[in-house]
Amino acid sequence: MAEVEETLKRIQAHKGVIGTIVVNAEGIPIRTTLDNSTTVQYAGLLHQLAMKARSTVRDIDPQNDLTFLRIRSKKHEIMVAPDKDYLLIVIQNPSE
Amino acid sequence: MPIPQKPGTVRSKKGSITQLKAPVVKGAKVSNKKKDEEDGTETGDGDEWMQGKTLVKPPDQLDLTEAELKEEFTRILTANNPHAPQNIVRYSFKERSYKPISSVDQLEVHFVLEGNLLHKDSDEARRQRARQGFAEDKTPETSVAENEDKPVTPADGVEDAGDADDGAGEERPDSVDVLGGKKERKITNQFNFSERASQTLNNPQRERACQTEPPPRATFSGTANQWEIYDAYVKELQKQEKNKEKQKVLSSKKEGDKAKKKTVLVENQSDDVTKVAKVAKIIERMVTQNTFDDIAQDFKYFEDASDEFREQEGTLLPLWKFQYDKAKHLSVTALCWNQKYTDLFAVGLGSFEFTKQGRGMLLFYSLKNSTYPEYIFHTKFGVMCLDIHKQLSYLVAVGFYDGSVAVYNLKEDRTQPVYKSTAKSGKHTDPVWQVKWQNDDIDKNHNFFSVSSDGRVVSWTLVKNELLFTDIIKLSMEGAVSEGHDDMILDMACGTAFDFHKQIDYLFLVGTEDGKIHKCSKSYSSQFLESYAAHGLSVDAVKWNHFHPKVFISCSSDWTVKIWDHTITTPMFTFDLNTAVGDVAWSPHSSTVFAAVTIDGKVHVFDLSINKYEAICQQSVVSKKTKLTHIEFNPVYPIIIVGDDRGYVTSLKLSPNLRKKPKEKKGQEVPKGPEVEIEKLEKLLSLLRDTDSPVKK
Repeated sequence: MAEVEETLKRIQAHKGVIGTIVVNAEGIPIRTTLDNSTTVQYAGLLHQLAMKARSTVRDIDPQNDLTFLRIRSKKHEIMVAPDKDYLLIVIQNPSE
Repeated sequence: MPIPQKPGTVRSKKGSITQLKAPVVKGAKVSNKKKDEEDGTETGDGDEWMQGKTLVKPPDQLDLTEAELKEEFTRILTANNPHAPQNIVRYSFKERSYKPISSVDQLEVHFVLEGNLLHKDSDEARRQRARQGFAEDKTPETSVAENEDKPVTPADGVEDAGDADDGAGEERPDSVDVLGGKKERKITNQFNFSERASQTLNNPQRERACQTEPPPRATFSGTANQWEIYDAYVKELQKQEKNKEKQKVLSSKKEGDKAKKKTVLVENQSDDVTKVAKVAKIIERMVTQNTFDDIAQDFKYFEDASDEFREQEGTLLPLWKFQYDKAKHLSVTALCWNQKYTDLFAVGLGSFEFTKQGRGMLLFYSLKNSTYPEYIFHTKFGVMCLDIHKQLSYLVAVGFYDGSVAVYNLKEDRTQPVYKSTAKSGKHTDPVWQVKWQNDDIDKNHNFFSVSSDGRVVSWTLVKNELLFTDIIKLSMEGAVSEGHDDMILDMACGTAFDFHKQIDYLFLVGTEDGKIHKCSKSYSSQFLESYAAHGLSVDAVKWNHFHPKVFISCSSDWTVKIWDHTITTPMFTFDLNTAVGDVAWSPHSSTVFAAVTIDGKVHVFDLSINKYEAICQQSVVSKKTKLTHIEFNPVYPIIIVGDDRGYVTSLKLSPNLRKKPKEKKGQEVPKGPEVEIEKLEKLLSLLRDTDSPVKK
């Protein structure tokens, strides 16, 4: 418990990290370091994208599974790590 | 008006009675005739009916005696009807009162049959005749008789047919046939026949229907991907397995079941956030990768271009620096790469100084995350040495300053070692300077060796939940352990380092505090195979070459690094580094490359094939005040890690010149790697031997 909290804290403390969001299986954010509206937007959209990505991977090979998804944009890098029930999203500005 | 009608009805009744009288009589006559005819048909000849009568005698008839037959029975018939009512009254209009009637009709009708015979003299007959227009006088009787016969005979026929069915038919088949022919056409009763037809009103057809309220419907649809189907199957399979297990558990133990339930409960209770522990780790690595993107790029791709212009020299490129805040006050006392996961290495933290002893730490870092250790173990005493099992990379043997050894299991989520030696179970009395895993013994038990400054080399065996020890050798000053000199502690030599031969299982070297190196065998505990007067101060490290089976290297605080052929007691090479050498390590990539660290914060890399006298790289990697304590080559990547006395571990990339050999050899013969390496070193050594021998002579 404390270990995870610590890890999340360390991630947030990294330079360039804009926010971390933990999203549950329904796409509802359960923990965030961002403001409300941004969180909801990120959670909803990335949950869909992650599910789609996962579906794609698994359609190609059912024994395979998605473990990580990173989206490099002009401004940010969005990292999505899907777990069995949860989705961990971290938004980082790598050029900072 | 019911009263006036009554007499009428009575009258009519009277009339009917009177009318009936005649048919009754007639009926009797008819029945008589019928009987006659029946008898006639039965006997077969209708004329001699008298005869037939005498002949027929029922079989069950009583035989009466003559007297009995002659006995007379008198029966009196009265004309009075005993049931006739005596008190009938009739209303008399004349007297206007009811009057009893004295004369009661005594007639009792038992049987009435509407006859169709008429007395030819009766009025009705006359009327009928007139109606039909028959000749009144012409054979009125015959017509009647005919009329009479016709309806009767069919009746007889029916009766006969019935008899025939009963069994008598066989006797008179002709009659039956004749009668059957008659039966064909059913003749309507021409005397008392009327055809009446009526049609009832047809009920109009009506249709009635009702409809129930339809049950609520819902459209349900879904798409099943291949992987969803796969998941469903896997789930089902797991369920089945679980059921099997459950049955087993039920049959074996109930306690086990309870325990299982408890664990399930615990699992359920675990907090939401803990489930992201694994992905959080991945994310942390990725964030780190982004943050230290340049270092990662350097690690993978950077090759120092300037190397091409410096033939003899190389450089070290600093990569990640591993640090952990809580380990700042400790110094790195041991380093070890994981052979299976080549990005993972273990760091032992403690202190070499007697006055600064305290708690220690065991950390595991991955190159993927330099900011935070993968595993952290806090220890009560300073860690002095450690070794990760070559095959079972989750087993880590650790030696402590207090002389105990322990084994940690990374697979088990606990902060304490799974095995630990105690004072009772052969613990060393002085700091343990080196531990080394060995191949499993005959019983497939894992075991490792340890060396300590108490002069013992001990073999530890992991048995179930115990750590068993066996003393392999006791070091002594003289070179052999003399029996019966136990009280002479001064005799004891203090082991500071050892290494096991890569090929010859029993052979190993022990470096001591007094600067000697002993070649020992696991099987001879009382004798050294060889002793080398190696150094003037304590031996800090002794290591066999990865390729050449005869060569080993040693270093000491006496500023020197020496290379030996174990068959020769004098060193083949001696290098003076002008300061105390903390550690030395052979490169796993090349037989001629080794690196040493000195306490002035410098790393010295040698390649004997390039320069036999000087280091090809001498680079200060930490600030001058910091002492470097240990160095290790990564088994795969061209990088080294060095530990210092501030608890930092620095990773450095070897420039192309420092690993020149593989580049050169690539063109020629890569598959013969080890042999080529041996050959290369052997060549150097043979040159030395040749030069040495004349010197010695």
